[in-house]
Amino acid sequence: MAGDAIDTPLGGATGDGSRGRDIALDRGKGNCLICHRVPIEGELFPGDVGPDLSGIGARLTAGQIRLRLVDQSVIAPLTLMPSYYRVDGLRRVGEQFRGKPVLTAQEIEDVVAWLQTLR
Amino acid sequence: MGGLRVLCIAIVLIHSHTIGAFAADGPLRVEAQPLRSASEFLSPALRAEQADPIRNRGMLWVEQGERLFTQPPPGGAPSCATCHARAETSMRGVAARLPAVDAASGQLVNLEGRVNECRIVRQSLPPLDYETDELLALTAYLTALSNGEPLAVSIDGPASAFYAYGQQLWNERQGQLNVACTQCHDQSVGRKLRGDTISSAVPTGYPAYRLEWQTLGSLHRRLRACQLGVRAQLFELGSREYLALELYLKSRARRHPIDAPALRR
Ligand code: HEC
Ligand code: HEC
Ligand code: HEC
Repeated sequence: MAGDAIDTPLGGATGDGSRGRDIALDRGKGNCLICHRVPIEGELFPGDVGPDLSGIGARLTAGQIRLRLVDQSVIAPLTLMPSYYRVDGLRRVGEQFRGKPVLTAQEIEDVVAWLQTLR
Repeated sequence: MGGLRVLCIAIVLIHSHTIGAFAADGPLRVEAQPLRSASEFLSPALRAEQADPIRNRGMLWVEQGERLFTQPPPGGAPSCATCHARAETSMRGVAARLPAVDAASGQLVNLEGRVNECRIVRQSLPPLDYETDELLALTAYLTALSNGEPLAVSIDGPASAFYAYGQQLWNERQGQLNVACTQCHDQSVGRKLRGDTISSAVPTGYPAYRLEWQTLGSLHRRLRACQLGVRAQLFELGSREYLALELYLKSRARRHPIDAPALRR
């Protein structure tokens, strides 16, 4: 980690943006729309707890996006954004989720790749 | 003036960094603001239904509860009404004062617990499980008898430790998603989480009829849904954790009038 970014892809994985879009929309995986608006057509009923992600690829670098997915609380201690790639220091994690991050390294890279296309 | 503002911002930054260092364990900041009930965010149609005793779906349980309260149970035990005559007055305000610490056991007891205590001790009947129609009916009936009464739980003396525990549970992050109750219900009130508008978690409407459940449900069942949402390990319905949270929520919403059964999405 350097500053507010993680510049190296997790596990050296290469992201696939179209897979990343599916992961982001999947309610059992990213479920990003529960909190964010995204530039996708259709009746998606997005939430507005987090900022609109339209244009995020132009606002943030891949490294900055990666850090925000991995564990936003590092830069914003009070953030409501879940830590998608963190397993340590968590409290009372449901049994079936214990010891696993919300998304795998590959899935994080896929979502990073998709967000980069939102310009 | 400008200098003062800069100073304030600097203090806020330092402050949030200090908290940040303890974010995994320490309390998160809570901002004082007027509490907003989920009833405020209901669609006009649901709000009208909630306010109309003829159309409010939860009233079915209230009516069943009144029957259960007055009719003697099979087996010859006295009915609730035998000992609690004129429930409209004798039971008015009871739901607003609970949960309270039971002097004999030292335990925190809520309305569900009180009803079950009478079943066991006074009627020699087995306790009713949470989310059974009978317990929901009795608690809905008794809570509705306190409609309009302001919440008035005590958090002094023996209750203070339970309150402190509830407050701790409210403020600490939990679950795989690592989110605390306060982050949604203090910091994000009025915002949308998918189709739901986040309220201040004012517990005056429970038991409530939730469309998603297609039935009435207890406050503890609602707390479970929130824990599930952050992928946390669930507490048992009626557990000391949920009782402590119930006391915390009811003290936090002190003076808010009871308004049950509510309708929820
Ligand atoms: C529980 C709500 C919630 C969920 C779920 C959520 N986020 Fe967030 N997100 C937030 C909030 C709130 C912020 C604002 C930053 C803060 O509070 O520090 C944020 C910030 C962000 C940012 C930084 C935006 C900026 O302009 O700086 C990105 C990128 C982001 N989220 C992506 C995602 C993605 C991708 C997902 C799904 C994998 C996701 N979020 C899921 C709440 C959420
Ligand atoms: C044989 C008499 C008797 C019967 C039958 C009985 N109760 Fe009670 N109930 C009591 C007494 C006595 C108390 C006060 C106990 C105490 O304060 O410790 C009480 C207390 C309560 C309270 C708490 C009141 C308060 O002010 O905190 C509730 C609620 C209650 N009963 C509900 C019920 C219900 C519901 C039933 C039927 C399922 C029932 N009771 C049946 C005697 C009875
Ligand atoms: C990710 C956000 C989030 C978190 C964290 C969360 N809740 Fe909720 N909660 C909601 C939403 C959304 C609802 C339904 C809309 C509303 O009433 O706020 C809700 C509803 C409630 C209600 C019912 C309010 C009513 O009148 O129907 C209570 C009580 C409640 N939550 C308590 C809690 C407690 C206690 C915790 C911590 C254990 C918690 N919540 C954690 C989002 C959250």
